[in-house]
Amino acid sequence: MGILVDDMTRVIVQGITGNEGTFHSKQMIEYGTKVVAGVTPGKGGQIHQGVPVFNTVAEAVEKTGADTSVIFVPPAFAADAIMEAADSNVKLIICISEGIPILDMVKVKTYLEGKSARLIGPNCPGIITPGKCKIGIMPGFIHKPGKVGVLSRSGTLTYEAVDQLTKEGLGESTCIGLGGDPIIGTRFIDGLKLFKDDPQTEGVVLIGEIGGTDEEVAAEYIKKEFNKPVVAFIAGRTAPPGKRMGHAGAIIAGGKGTAKEKIETLRAAGVTVADSPAEIGITMKKLLGG
Amino acid sequence: MKIHEYQAKELFRKYSIPVPAGKMIDDPSDAKREAEKIGKRTVVKAQIHAGGRGKGGGIKLADTPEEAVLRAREIIGMNLVTHQTGPQGKLVRKVLVEEALDVEKELYLGMVLDRDNSRIAVIASEEGGVEIEEVAANSPEKIVKEGIDPRVGMQPFQARKIAFGLHLPPDLINEAVKLIVNLYRLFVSTDASLSEINPLVITKEGRLLAADAKINFDDNALYRHPDIQELRDINEEEPSEVEASKHKLSYVKLDGNVGCMVNGAGLAMATMDIIKLHGSMPANFLDVGGAASSERVEQAFRILLSDKNVKAVLINIFGGIVRCDRVANGVVEAAKRLEIKVPIVVRLAGTNSDIAGEILKKSGLKFTVASDLKDAAKKAVAAAQE
Repeated sequence: MGILVDDMTRVIVQGITGNEGTFHSKQMIEYGTKVVAGVTPGKGGQIHQGVPVFNTVAEAVEKTGADTSVIFVPPAFAADAIMEAADSNVKLIICISEGIPILDMVKVKTYLEGKSARLIGPNCPGIITPGKCKIGIMPGFIHKPGKVGVLSRSGTLTYEAVDQLTKEGLGESTCIGLGGDPIIGTRFIDGLKLFKDDPQTEGVVLIGEIGGTDEEVAAEYIKKEFNKPVVAFIAGRTAPPGKRMGHAGAIIAGGKGTAKEKIETLRAAGVTVADSPAEIGITMKKLLGG
Repeated sequence: MKIHEYQAKELFRKYSIPVPAGKMIDDPSDAKREAEKIGKRTVVKAQIHAGGRGKGGGIKLADTPEEAVLRAREIIGMNLVTHQTGPQGKLVRKVLVEEALDVEKELYLGMVLDRDNSRIAVIASEEGGVEIEEVAANSPEKIVKEGIDPRVGMQPFQARKIAFGLHLPPDLINEAVKLIVNLYRLFVSTDASLSEINPLVITKEGRLLAADAKINFDDNALYRHPDIQELRDINEEEPSEVEASKHKLSYVKLDGNVGCMVNGAGLAMATMDIIKLHGSMPANFLDVGGAASSERVEQAFRILLSDKNVKAVLINIFGGIVRCDRVANGVVEAAKRLEIKVPIVVRLAGTNSDIAGEILKKSGLKFTVASDLKDAAKKAVAAAQE
């Protein structure tokens, strides 16, 4: 089954006529994702990559019955795009854009309260249920339908882990890129709650990094309520304090958010933490009895 | 983005947050004029982007304008070492000449993003002048906190809760409320990511002012604040990191001897980690991002190799949309043009990685091609130790 997206998911691409939107909607369509509409204000009425373009998300939803939106919009306009999608009552919003100002995301999170939409991202590669639906920029070919759920704050490090899981013959149920920003729509705990009830998912891989407390919050939940095997890798053991390591959310601030703390907290909760990023796949294989 | 104390205080003045009288100078002889204007005892404070200046000898009192010149002469040009600068210290180019305060009480007032609640939080404490993390650890009951609802901003009742929570003298409550609300206005108007007044001082004469001022700005929002961008001091930044940001490369200099070039921040950190796991230390963090063209790779090599500590380079690229053969060509071209002498270990995975391997092997250059990440790390560490 997987979670959140499957072969019935109907997707709008906000920013479809831009460079990123154009390239990735083509890739998504080739993978088999049901891209039913695009939105670029001012270009309504055009057909782009074989997909009808609308001026607003509201019109796109009304005319096509879309339930999901993916956002490829420059960061200065991305918060607005998220709110527009939420206002149109889509179920799921995936924001790929990197570089959204923190205070914009503070507003977005508040705006989303009470709306039906779940946000994934921003600054994330997207979500994929292999074989069924790919929404985002991840390379489809490394994925294989299978039994491991993946939740990751990273992009290419996620692909590294997925590649290992596929090569070990385990495959993936659904992979969610949570994003590298300090304020994100879906955290580890939110993904775990969904994987808990998914019969296809037998184990979960968590890819974390320095900064924030999402791994600690997840550890608390895993200890109390999550019984499937969990393998984690936490990047940034060698990161110096106080420096932003690429991702806006990857920073050790005021001594908090170190990799060491996260690893200790996860281990205390029963999570198997891989010391090496090269051993994520093999570690999960052993846990699942392979 | 960080700024100096004197710049933060200028912003405070604009937002009606009281600060001591003072001016920044970079010529020690100007200290006399400024101290005379202030008309009383002054303090001469080194301006660097790091804390702990007092303990390091970068903050000195001066009883007369002539003494202020002497203190300024001692501090400007000194290499100031504090617990936040690293052992190499920082060269002091500017000082703030400021009225010395007769301190009755020191408090702490800060604003920061609360990641758990996705809101701005205001944090205050009666225990000022020390690291707030220490207070949080040792006496959490001394901390007052308010989360701000972005829909309405900071409400006066919240500022009152903080002011009364700090047990301020009754005649200072209204001033404190205004100060706190103004700090929030500044924070939101400038897209700050952190602001600290430590210490917030009550003087013996009953004045409430910001004796120190720190403001960090959200890099993602700088595009909409050209005036804030002007406050950047390149001298306070690592030159190689400044160079890297010009080319839109994400780079952090570290102390080790294995240079890394990776696509993706998480994978870059993981690559640094696996180098340490196999016995060496990374020389840097470097995310070349999604476009690994030959120009990009060349710029990345230049910056990496400007660090003389680098004894070997590990290139780890996971190509999804990015094609590994394109990256391989870029690496070969760059290595030829730069006449690179250090050993280069390359691990390319994903799209066209087999073709990429062939390109590297046939290049005639000293590349070691690694099959997987573990293999790559071991080879890079071995190469660095030769």
